[in-house]
Amino acid sequence: MPNMQPYANPMYFMVLVIMLLPLMIALARGVRLKVYETIVSAAFIFLMFTGAKWQEGIALIAYCIWQVVIVLVYQRERQQHNRTGAFYAAVILAIAPLAIVKLTPVFSYHPSLLGFLGISYLTFKSVQVVMELRDGTIKAIRVWPFLRFLLFMPTISSGPIDRYRRFEKDYENVPDHNDYVDMVASGIHYMFLGFLYKFILGYFFGTVLLPQVAQAAMSQKMAMGGTGISWALVGYMYCYSMYLFFDFAGYSLFAVSISYLMGIRTPQNFNKPFLAGNIKDFWNRWHMSLSFWFRDFVFMRVTFYIMKHRLIKKRVHISQVAYLINFLIMGFWHGVTWYYIVYGLFHACAIIINDMWLRKKKKSHLPSNRWTKALAIGITFNVVCLSFLIFSGFLDTLWFH
Amino acid sequence: MDTQTVVLNILEDLTGEDLTGHLDTELFDSALLDSMDTVQLVLELEEQLDVQIPVSEFNRDDWKTPQQIIDQVEKLK
Repeated sequence: MPNMQPYANPMYFMVLVIMLLPLMIALARGVRLKVYETIVSAAFIFLMFTGAKWQEGIALIAYCIWQVVIVLVYQRERQQHNRTGAFYAAVILAIAPLAIVKLTPVFSYHPSLLGFLGISYLTFKSVQVVMELRDGTIKAIRVWPFLRFLLFMPTISSGPIDRYRRFEKDYENVPDHNDYVDMVASGIHYMFLGFLYKFILGYFFGTVLLPQVAQAAMSQKMAMGGTGISWALVGYMYCYSMYLFFDFAGYSLFAVSISYLMGIRTPQNFNKPFLAGNIKDFWNRWHMSLSFWFRDFVFMRVTFYIMKHRLIKKRVHISQVAYLINFLIMGFWHGVTWYYIVYGLFHACAIIINDMWLRKKKKSHLPSNRWTKALAIGITFNVVCLSFLIFSGFLDTLWFH
Repeated sequence: MDTQTVVLNILEDLTGEDLTGHLDTELFDSALLDSMDTVQLVLELEEQLDVQIPVSEFNRDDWKTPQQIIDQVEKLK
């Protein structure tokens, strides 16, 4: 049985586009071939988990059953009693499989049997559905629409993270002919931009350059009084940052591209992040579907809760606490290692300092021109690259291994 | 007080600008409102107009101008 990892090589794209052709021809004529789409999607998901990965496939099925049960049971509870405790229980149970998978490596050498490629991203979707059921913005949800949202094939492995109501609207409405033609044109454009990003630039920075800079940095392990801080390490920082961006932005473009071909406007993940003028702006441009999810379902909920119950008086302190909680959770979500958690704390501190600066700037009349803007972009870029050096885990290797 | 006056008063408190006559200003794109302001706006609307606005209802596409906020609140009343 062949195994095909999403967007891994040109073969994958060829087979996928050929299989999507009947769907695309029908969409151009105003019809969505739902059954055909389901079969093709299921086949491609199946091929992700063949061979040595069969256990992950079983884990995926078990995970889906688990989430469906939570959503259905919670939905009933919501309609009948709407108790706060039940809501928290549903959220905790929805996160539980991911939490177990992330915590297992801390206690054991073997990865958890519950894990599979994409579990992190699927969890965002199911937690979101539970929260919207609580809020009443999703009134009722049936098993089938929930599953097709959860398992939407182009984005199953690493996002972008869509929203249920947005997705459902796209799925139920076929774009009109001209819109769809435009979508296909954009889809093809994104695909080729993705090839450039992931297979050329990402490959160059990540596979060609990075191992060399890594070796150079490792050879100066004892530099600067044993801290290992060297020019090679600075080189590693920039090289890794470029690799991270082009690799992930390239992947995201593929996922958006294939979604567009399927007539679904999956949200974009990146908007020129390295041109951000401050850290706040950066999070509006980097891994957007994740940061907006955190903004809407963590940051805003936390601030709402604190303000409503008047737990903290000063508005500034509320936002600082909310930022810390927000970015700490994001750090833990990446994985339970010191460097992911420090990465989260680093960004929380950066955005808190950024906020202080913005308040100061509002009060005093500081110059604002193209030089100050260029300086702001330069500072932001370097702060972000430093955070990615932490994120890369290279310091862990450099210092502790 | 009618919805429009209340909404505009709250927005003036939050943004420091009187938006009467500028009902189609893009509040998020022009950086007049951020997430914190949004939460405060939702709380103030709930208190002063006795409506229930879930935070997740606050989809930035449907609530991005003063006029849209007024319309949405009217709908929820």
